[in-house]
Amino acid sequence: MKTKYDNEMNLEILSKSCNEAFARIAVAAFVSGLDPTIEEISDIKTAVSEAVTNSIIHGYENSEGIIKINCKIDKRKIIIEISDTGKGIENIEIAKEPLYTTKPELERSGMGFTIMESFMDELKIESILGLGTKVTMMKTIKENTLD
Amino acid sequence: MNINYDQANKLLTFEITEEIDHCGVEKIKRRVDNEIERYIPQNVIFDFDQVSFMDSAGIGMLIGRYKVAKMLGSNMELINVKPNIRKIFEMSGIPKIIKINQGGVN
Ligand SMILES: Nc1ncnc2c1ncn2[C@@H]1O[C@H](COP(=O)(O)OP(=O)(O)OP(=O)(O)O)[C@@H](O)[C@H]1O
Ligand SMILES: [Mg+2]
Repeated sequence: MKTKYDNEMNLEILSKSCNEAFARIAVAAFVSGLDPTIEEISDIKTAVSEAVTNSIIHGYENSEGIIKINCKIDKRKIIIEISDTGKGIENIEIAKEPLYTTKPELERSGMGFTIMESFMDELKIESILGLGTKVTMMKTIKENTLD
Repeated sequence: MNINYDQANKLLTFEITEEIDHCGVEKIKRRVDNEIERYIPQNVIFDFDQVSFMDSAGIGMLIGRYKVAKMLGSNMELINVKPNIRKIFEMSGIPKIIKINQGGVN
C-alpha cells in the first residue's frame, strides 16, 4: 500500500453489531501512537461507534453488508473514513439535525451525527440514495506539553 | 449488570458493568424492564460507575426506561456518571428529563 500519509490502515468488517466494539478499539489502537489524552481517545471511539452503528442499522438495516474503515495519520491529524454500500441518505441536512431519526421504534435518539460533529473537528457526509454512505471525520491530536 | 432491590426503601438499583452500545443495549433494556415491572419500585437508580463506554444507544435506552418507570409511577436517577458520558447526556438534553446525582462535589 503506497500512501502520502505518515501512516494508514484499512479495515473491512461485516455489518454485525458485535463488530462495533472491535472497530472502535482498532481505530483507538491505531491512533494511540500520537499519544492522545484519555478524553481524545474517548471522543474518537464514540464517533467511530456512531458511524459504524449507523451503517449497520440504517445503511444495511440489519442485513449483511460490508463496512469499510480507512484511517490515516497526517502529522498530528487523523482522518477516519467509514463507508457502506447500503441504502443511502435522502436528505443529509435533515439527517444531521439533532434528534432527527428515522428509527424511533428502535429507541434511537437522533444524536449520532451531532455527537460525531462535536467530538471531532470536522465531519463530512456523502451519500447517494440506493448506493451508500461515506462519513469522513478529522481530528487533530494536541501536542502533549506535559512531558 | 448487577441488580439490587432494597425492599424496605422500594429502591431498585442497576449497576451497569458493560459497555453501552447498539450491540449490548437490547439485553440491558429487557432485563431492566422486567425488573421494574416485577418490583414496581418507588425509585430506580442507574449506577454508571463501571461504565467505561457509552454512545447514542445509551440515550435512547435511558429515555425508553424513563418512560417505563414513569408509567409505573417510579422515579429515576443516574449516579456516578463519568465526564465522557456526562458530555453525551448534556448534548442530548437528558439532564432536563432525568436527574443526575453526582453525590457531593461537582
Ligand atoms: N449510513 C447510513 N445509511 C443510511 N441512513 C443513514 C446512515 N447514517 C445515518 N442515516 C440516517 O440519518 C439519520 C440520523 O442519524 P443519527 O446517527 O444522527 O441518528 P440515529 O442513528 O437515528 O439515532 P442515534 O444515533 O442517536 O441512535 C438516521 O435516522 C438515518 O435515517
Ligand atoms: Mg446513529
